[in-house]
Amino acid sequence: MDKALPTDRSADLSQPLDRLGPDETLKHESDQLRGTILQNLADGVTWSVSQSNAKLLKFQGIYQQDDRDVREERRRQKLEPAYQFMARVRLPGGVCTPAQWLRIDSLARRYGGDTLRLTTRQTFQFHWLLRHGLRPVLQGLHEVGLDTVAACGDDSRGVMCAVNPELSALHAELAALAQASSDRAIPRMRAYREIWYGEARQPQKGPEEPFYGTTYMPRKFKIGFVLPPSNDIDVYAQDLGYIAIVENGEIIGFNVAIGGGMGRTDRVSTTYPRLASVIGYIPKDRFFLTTEAVMSVQRDYGNRADRTRARFKYTIDDKGLGWVADEIARRQGFAFEPARPVSFTGNGDTLGWSKGEDGRHHFTLYIRSGRLNAGSRDGLMDGLRAVAEVHKGSFRLTPNQNLIIADITPRERGRISELMAAHGLDSTFSGSALRQHAMSCVAFPTCGLAMAESERYLPDLLERLEPLLEKHGLTDTPITLRLSGCPNGCSRPYIAEIALTGRAPGKYNLYIGGGFHGERLGTLVKENVGEAQILGHLDTLFGRYAAERSPDEHFGDFCTRIGAAEAA
Amino acid sequence: MTTTSFPGPGLSEEQWARLKALAISLSPEQSNWIGGYFTGYADAARGLVGAMVAEPPVSVPVPMEAAAQRSLTVLYASETGTAMGLAEEARQHAAGKGLTVKLHDLADYKPAALKDEQDVLLIASTHGEGEPPQPALDFFETLGGRKAPRLQGVRFAVLALGDSTYEFYCQTGRTLDSRLAELGGERLKPRIDCDVDQIGEGRRWFAALIEGLADTPAQAPATVSLAPVGAPVQTHGENNPFHAEILENIAITGRGSSKQTRHVELSLEGSGLTYMPGDALGIVPRNSARRVEEVLAAAGLAASARATLDDGEHELGALLETGFEIAAATPRFLDHWASLSDAAALRELAQPDRASGRNEWLRSHHVVDILRLFPVKGLDATRFIAGLRRLQPRFYSIASSQEAQGGDVHLTVSTVRYELHGTQREGVVSGALAGLAEGETLPVFMRANPHFRLPADDVPMVMIGAGTGIAPYRGFVQERALRGAAGRSWLIFGDRNFRSDFLYQAEWQAHQKAGALSLIDAVFSRDGAQKSYVQDRLRERAAELYAWLEEGAHLYVCGDAAGMAPDVHQALIEAVAAASGRDDEAAKDYVRALQRDGRYQRDVY
Ligand code: SRM
Ligand SMILES: Cc1cc2nc3c(=O)[nH]c(=O)nc-3n(C[C@H](O)[C@H](O)[C@H](O)COP(=O)(O)OP(=O)(O)OC[C@H]3O[C@@H](n4cnc5c(N)ncnc54)[C@H](O)[C@@H]3O)c2cc1C
Ligand SMILES: Cc1cc2nc3c(=O)[nH]c(=O)nc-3n(C[C@H](O)[C@H](O)[C@H](O)COP(=O)(O)O)c2cc1C
Ligand code: SF4
Repeated sequence: MDKALPTDRSADLSQPLDRLGPDETLKHESDQLRGTILQNLADGVTWSVSQSNAKLLKFQGIYQQDDRDVREERRRQKLEPAYQFMARVRLPGGVCTPAQWLRIDSLARRYGGDTLRLTTRQTFQFHWLLRHGLRPVLQGLHEVGLDTVAACGDDSRGVMCAVNPELSALHAELAALAQASSDRAIPRMRAYREIWYGEARQPQKGPEEPFYGTTYMPRKFKIGFVLPPSNDIDVYAQDLGYIAIVENGEIIGFNVAIGGGMGRTDRVSTTYPRLASVIGYIPKDRFFLTTEAVMSVQRDYGNRADRTRARFKYTIDDKGLGWVADEIARRQGFAFEPARPVSFTGNGDTLGWSKGEDGRHHFTLYIRSGRLNAGSRDGLMDGLRAVAEVHKGSFRLTPNQNLIIADITPRERGRISELMAAHGLDSTFSGSALRQHAMSCVAFPTCGLAMAESERYLPDLLERLEPLLEKHGLTDTPITLRLSGCPNGCSRPYIAEIALTGRAPGKYNLYIGGGFHGERLGTLVKENVGEAQILGHLDTLFGRYAAERSPDEHFGDFCTRIGAAEAA
Repeated sequence: MTTTSFPGPGLSEEQWARLKALAISLSPEQSNWIGGYFTGYADAARGLVGAMVAEPPVSVPVPMEAAAQRSLTVLYASETGTAMGLAEEARQHAAGKGLTVKLHDLADYKPAALKDEQDVLLIASTHGEGEPPQPALDFFETLGGRKAPRLQGVRFAVLALGDSTYEFYCQTGRTLDSRLAELGGERLKPRIDCDVDQIGEGRRWFAALIEGLADTPAQAPATVSLAPVGAPVQTHGENNPFHAEILENIAITGRGSSKQTRHVELSLEGSGLTYMPGDALGIVPRNSARRVEEVLAAAGLAASARATLDDGEHELGALLETGFEIAAATPRFLDHWASLSDAAALRELAQPDRASGRNEWLRSHHVVDILRLFPVKGLDATRFIAGLRRLQPRFYSIASSQEAQGGDVHLTVSTVRYELHGTQREGVVSGALAGLAEGETLPVFMRANPHFRLPADDVPMVMIGAGTGIAPYRGFVQERALRGAAGRSWLIFGDRNFRSDFLYQAEWQAHQKAGALSLIDAVFSRDGAQKSYVQDRLRERAAELYAWLEEGAHLYVCGDAAGMAPDVHQALIEAVAAASGRDDEAAKDYVRALQRDGRYQRDVY
């Protein structure tokens, strides 16, 4: 194990820039992500930024987008696309205070098109920000201790953390670890403070980014902490997952899982989703060393010549899991202990009231696709603002795009639930168990990569699926359904029991047979098909499942067992 | 000498040879003058002058033994080409009668030269708010000032053009007529004021004047006619427009805009019509059937009612559709209706001293409203028609370069829509245009605009436009891009909202990227907290603007005549003063010099 096997280094950090992909040169020459963003912000002829500045802005948590619903119309009108920006908050573990909630809510109403989006990595996204609205929003966040640093880009992204309301003490500890690891793992990014807070540039002694250098990571790097038995964060989809091992109520250490990832590209076989591999166990206090070691291995050996092969999962498959695990152990200075046994029961949320072992109450609120709209009939955004104005506890954004109004003291519970009733927030979730376990990515009209509708199609899809479920008596059977508007898989579809990924408007790939707690990849059973074929195929499967399943056998397991998950 | 007409600017061998022979013999000043002469000549030939302008003979002053009669000089001051067209007709008519006649644009005529004239016919229009046409501002200011010449022995007659819907109706002609008398000139004929639909009366007036002058037998030898050298002969005019097919007609103001501006592309194939950037396209209007029915109902008259005009009887319905302006009412209609209805309120408004109050009232009371408010019983069609004004063609600054657009013509039209007395109203032409589909046709003709021309290729230019005022610059930049012209260009554009009203935004960005446009300033009045307009940007960019002017840049202003043009003019003076340290008076002179040298041109409406 001690002798590092000779490994191919032709496409990584050791190479001169001209041997690597153009993005590496862009990062290197960007003066640590400053680029020419400041000049671009003053350009009076366009409300966009240049393509290269747009790439740098991703590191700063900002995506340049345009309203795709009017893109064609404006092109014919000889007007530039309706440029707008998405900004993603860095919210480690998805925990925010009522004061932060109120500030985010008011910024969304003033600058963000009266809407907010809770994401599958437990944070907020603003949409519809105009370029001159970016500074006021980022400064507004700064005033309540929030930023958008490294929410996107080739760096350590939002760190996820299980929400698990019943285990409040453990959650608090894990959430703190998520916050600490995010604070350590993100770039220092002086550029962010200069561009958005107007701070003067300070002379630097030594490198500005000791860990990230000038070319940062080869690709995004995603970390998540999970607390069995719930796999709500989908630890197997993380680049680096920590599975908390608990003995008599105490977290003693973590099983370490590496190389999870969803993204793929249709008809490019060298790209595929991959489940993270558990490579061993570490004591709790070592996790900083392990995080640094794992990230530095990916930083040094990740493919920088071909971005489609840059994610950590490909580094592991290129170099071999054994070699990578040894290199990590070498860098962290200690060997992995054998992984501890773990069991997960599911990756969904339990809706409604629950009580932590500390006697505090939590209410998990279902928010379809995490979408909040000011003044909308569902009353969610307006109701939550009213709650935030009085709530003394915290909010937890769940990995399933829902929200927990958390840590409500017994004394406050009456007042909070009255307020929720007044705004219709507490109406117990109605609809099928499948609807409760359904997720969709954003896609149209803001996502530049979307090929088919997702968030805007989910309600229609659910409306057409629920009669089928009822027909087969499956209304109360939980089944995970995940919809993505393109193969990038932002709703973690490839590990869902039923998954649709967009190919073209109204056309999807259908995957069947993923694990109920995200422990198995689904199989492509229908390629580039329309709704009728999808509904037809699911109707038959539902029928067989209802008739032939063994007691509490999950849909995904059943389909795998009867071979209904054979490749198309 | 036959005129060989051929498509495009190609010259026949023989014409080329004669042109070169002439060119070698000319001094720079002479060739410059001839250039202007032919431009003016070409524009007059294809401009307003009657339909079939076959071959206007050009009179070359031939030395004569003894001029028995006094010479006649026709002088005109024009901004949109009407006075110029009439002056050319007067010149032709006088020449036809054997008079020695010269024609000059007051834009290039020194008042001092007046004292050496014998008989002078002046045709002058009024623009802005009662001001002289912009190109001839110098002449009128000097004539009104201390340096004006004494005019004993000079006989004059003034034909004033105007539009009675303006407060200062025919102001330029009125002041000119009294000033010439004041300077000792002898009035040949009392001044005539012609409203936009009284051009015919103006023609009869100067024909009578010329008749009188030509009573002594003509002895002058027949004039030598010089075939027009390569001048394009327009075969279509206001009275027989070309029915151009609509190739494209889309709203280019983005979704959510507070108004609508349309981009229209028309085919000129088979029309023989040609244009240069800066020219305008005339559209012959037709009232919508719905408007005609409304007016008939309000007047209590039937479409089949008969109305007699000077050329016989017509059906009222048809007349109202193609003949008369039935939306906005003129003071003349007010007076007419005051007498017909005998309504006290109208009579009171018709008093001469109530001019501004009247115009204010007329802005919010159109024909149909007056008919409804002051009904007249037993009205007959002829009496009703008598108060209405003839339907005038609408003009649109051409927004393309003919060569760059394969012969097509593009327009940028703002749809006039407004509410009055609780009903939606729309402009006759722009309203109709908003509903026309591709494939349908529009009756069009060309109108040259010699005072809004591109400078030479290497000369820098500053183009200031608000709203649809950006239209001609699209033709300017397309033409320069096509020719790979080296001259730098700066666009200063203003409108209401960036997201929806930045007209042709993507094209300007592309031009800038390709180097055909050096600088763009886009100003929007309804985006930010405080309102900002192109004139504010001019003051902010005073130093840069002055630098461009010092490098010989030509300056253009296009768009709203009432508000924007005067404010921009003032801002220009302040910018020159601020950047050059000149005092206000000196800055005014600097700007006037630009106008005089043709380096500050306006296309305002
Ligand atoms: C908002 C969110 C989906 C949602 O409905 O919640 C989202 C939205 C977008 N994702 Fe994602 N991704 C989101 C979670 C994910 C996940 C799930 C996860 O991380 O657990 C994945 C799969 C896991 C993985 O990374 O493999 C995911 C894989 C991608 C990819 C594919 C990456 C790859 O390795 O191939 C892209 C495209 C890329 O990065 O080039 C992408 C890119 C995008 C962009 C930014 C589109 C773009 O690059 O222009 C989307 C913005 C759409 C919009 O208008 O808001 N997103 N994206 C999620 C925000 C997470 C966060 O707060 O950070
Ligand atoms: C040289 C020149 C170039 C031009 N270039 C352009 C150009 O490039 N683009 C362009 O759009 N136009 C241009 N115009 C203006 C154009 O010629 C027409 O005047 C304009 O399009 C309106 O014509 P219309 O037939 O649609 O409206 P009309 O039937 O003429 O209606 C206009 C009349 O409606 C009345 N009116 C309008 N608004 C209101 C209101 N709010 N309340 C009460 N009454 C109201 C007024 O009496 C106004 O005179 C140009 C004009 C000139 C002289
Ligand atoms: C922008 C503009 C302003 C005008 N202002 C006046 C005015 O103040 N008084 C007036 O009598 N006529 C006014 N007119 C009408 C013109 O004098 C009339 O259209 C005349 O026929 C134009 O002749 P020209 O084309 O030779 O300039 C105005 C016309 C325009 C386009
Ligand atoms: S899955 Fe594709 S379409 Fe959906 S948000 Fe992610 S990138 Fe956009």
